Amino acid sequence: MAEAASVAAECLAGCRARGARSVLGQVVLPGEELLLPEQEDAEGPGGAGERPLSLNAGARSRVRVICGPGLRRCGDRLLVTKCGRLRHKEPGGGGGGVYWVDSQQKRYVPVKGDHVIGIVTAKSGDIFKVDVGGSEPASLSYLSFEGATKRNRPNVQVGDLIYGQFVVANKDMEPEMVCIDSCGRANGMGVIGQDGLLFKVTLGLIRKLLAPDCEIIQEVGKLYPLEIVFGMNGRIWVKAKTIQQTLILANILEACEHMTSDQRKQIFSRLAES
Amino acid sequence: MEEEMHTDAKIRAETGAGSSPRGPGCSLRHFACEQNLLSRPDGSASFLQGVAEKSRERLIRNTCEAVVLGTLHPRTSITVVLQVVSDAGSLLACCLNAACMALVDAGVPMRALFCGVTCALDSDGTLVLDPTSKQEKEARAVLTFAVDNVERKLLMSSTKGLFSDAELQQCLAATQAASQHVFRFYRESLQRRYSKS
Repeated sequence: MAEAASVAAECLAGCRARGARSVLGQVVLPGEELLLPEQEDAEGPGGAGERPLSLNAGARSRVRVICGPGLRRCGDRLLVTKCGRLRHKEPGGGGGGVYWVDSQQKRYVPVKGDHVIGIVTAKSGDIFKVDVGGSEPASLSYLSFEGATKRNRPNVQVGDLIYGQFVVANKDMEPEMVCIDSCGRANGMGVIGQDGLLFKVTLGLIRKLLAPDCEIIQEVGKLYPLEIVFGMNGRIWVKAKTIQQTLILANILEACEHMTSDQRKQIFSRLAES
Repeated sequence: MEEEMHTDAKIRAETGAGSSPRGPGCSLRHFACEQNLLSRPDGSASFLQGVAEKSRERLIRNTCEAVVLGTLHPRTSITVVLQVVSDAGSLLACCLNAACMALVDAGVPMRALFCGVTCALDSDGTLVLDPTSKQEKEARAVLTFAVDNVERKLLMSSTKGLFSDAELQQCLAATQAASQHVFRFYRESLQRRYSKS
């Protein structure tokens, strides 16, 4: 029994909370607790290290840290709730920055401010019901289009593709989306045109493609002239001159997830030749 | 601790479902089936075979409910579908591990990971972890536990057979030690998955 007890103690010791800074970029698992930076300094190795003297003892300056997706506050620590890589973004102004977990997921959960591609499934009175891939269809009012008035209704049919953003998206209410920004301009949102192909990819790939310095999009643009719309709900709409080109582009984007950059460059160069 | 009624549930899990002849000498228990009970998916069915399967479903469901943060997804149902490909013993533990990995893969927010470990006690009192079907059949008692990875706390226990209090504690301690290996395997396989991107 003594052996079992010591083994159990080892297990518990191994689960001690780690500092968030030390785990940046590594894979974290649900159930781990992370210490925020200023706590780490105070609870240093055995507390025997040097500590700077503060004039008002007892009052620690709390840095405001924003808890992003995959993390939850648990007392004064962060509890990891999703599996993925831990990331941190330095703050622009004051504050402690944002921590979040970069996870790979297929299922979308509506978030306020996200731009998504939806499919109109129903038209009931003044509201369109739009399927965005979440657990509930989002509602879209006919007045939320640029230049729409009660007399001048937008031309939206069931089955149309809509590119819009969420204004209300939380777990307690039905999500609501609009196709205008806060100034009343469309800014690229609205009904997506005829033809083209809509397909689904994982959410991680969309974020990768939308990153500011993504080579994939630049290379794809050099191949064929195309129109492309990315929805944060994992949907991509592509349109090129011919159907064959559209299908090639769709296959490349779907395969991008599993290819290394060398394989991708090979495929692009082969396509550029033909 | 009383002995549970012996059932032939294991055998049923291995062979595919089929129609049952209800003639004399047939040892199959009653089973019932309901089809097309969900409107969203293209097809759905519910199959009820005796009490053992139901209790196994209930055990897995209770473990998942204890760990999944359901408050973040109100009015939503999370369905876990487990398909037995082959049964070589420790079926419940394997189902628990599969359910945990599936929930992680789907990105469902959880407060901890969990794993299942099975112990078998044979007639001499020796403890065998992760027994095969043969060892389970010959064992005096079979105990399955689910533990979480935060503090190795016990989430679920399912026991069958005769055992003493001291033996229970011994099995629990062995389970907690063994769960370390399972969690290390989870971590390695998840790291491998994220290293590809």
